[in-house]
Amino acid sequence: MRALLRIAVVLALLSGAFVLSAQDPESSAPAPAPTEYRSLDALRRGAPLEVEPPAPPMARVENRDLRRQRGWPEQPPTIPHAIDGYQVTTHANRCMVCHSRAGAEQFQAPMVSVTHFMDRDGQVLAQVSPRRYFCNQCHVVQTDAPALVGNEFLDVDAVISRQRER
Amino acid sequence: MAGRLRQRVRSLWATLRSPSVHFSLGFLTLGGFIAGIIFWGGFNTALEATNTERFCVSCHEMYDNVFEELKPTIHYTNRSGVRATCPDCHVPHDWTDKIARKMQASKEVWGKIFGTISTRERFLDQRLRLAQHEWARLKANDSLECRNCHNYDYMDFTRQSPRAGAIHERWLGSGERTCIDCHKGIAHGLPDMAGVPQG
Repeated sequence: MRALLRIAVVLALLSGAFVLSAQDPESSAPAPAPTEYRSLDALRRGAPLEVEPPAPPMARVENRDLRRQRGWPEQPPTIPHAIDGYQVTTHANRCMVCHSRAGAEQFQAPMVSVTHFMDRDGQVLAQVSPRRYFCNQCHVVQTDAPALVGNEFLDVDAVISRQRER
Repeated sequence: MAGRLRQRVRSLWATLRSPSVHFSLGFLTLGGFIAGIIFWGGFNTALEATNTERFCVSCHEMYDNVFEELKPTIHYTNRSGVRATCPDCHVPHDWTDKIARKMQASKEVWGKIFGTISTRERFLDQRLRLAQHEWARLKANDSLECRNCHNYDYMDFTRQSPRAGAIHERWLGSGERTCIDCHKGIAHGLPDMAGVPQG
């Protein structure tokens, strides 16, 4: 039951991050006080059915170009910059202009890891594998939206050091 | 045949060279002056009328394809409400260059009449070719239309993201690249970019 609840919370957070991801990155106005909108129910936000709650303020995409720590080694790194207007279609992939093997040097961007070149049999291809083509399936921008729920996640280093202390 | 033509040209030339019989010199000079103003003004007005977004999107080819794609981009809607219309990017602002571009555009009238891009599918088939024309034009004039508004000398790198500032300084500041080299597809959807350098 708790595990189910946890999955639900993660799903809600993820969907929230997707909803909030289309933002104007360059505006520097500070976000207004967010507390009254803290509700897991993204649509109703606790308002009674006959009341139309005011829309929450739009969160802003973080655009600081500073890489963030990953929660665990296999976590797809979050995007530390705005990606507004980036076309990732069957015709063009804006991300790969900088993050491809050839573009990384020119733009000093991290190259996508070698796992992106592997097909499902672990065979390394010449270019990014079709199953890894759509970057936003795993990599997302982060916004300054307040966390709707707290969490007690500990990364593996913290877990190990706790074990040692015992 | 040739003799008759020559005779006609000669009589026309004689008429042009002989003084006016009925009209006064003042009427002819003033009238010519006023007619000149009207013709020139009319020409320029008509030219400017074809240089508006309203004119561009009055054809369904533009309205249904490129204009729809422009709408969600920053050049159509943004925080400050300053926006670019079609001719801001696609027609040079200087008069001579503008006339040259307008003469080129007669090919577009041909395309309109014969329906070169009259459906979405036809448009997509031609998209790479059409886009390459625009990229070549902007590459050749060092992204002049971008630079009508965006001036490197007045870019405040502290207001750009560190990444953007560094890349602008490295590639644009050194003159090794021009705007269109990296900023393809900022206002419209891209064609198949396989083999097209984007950086």
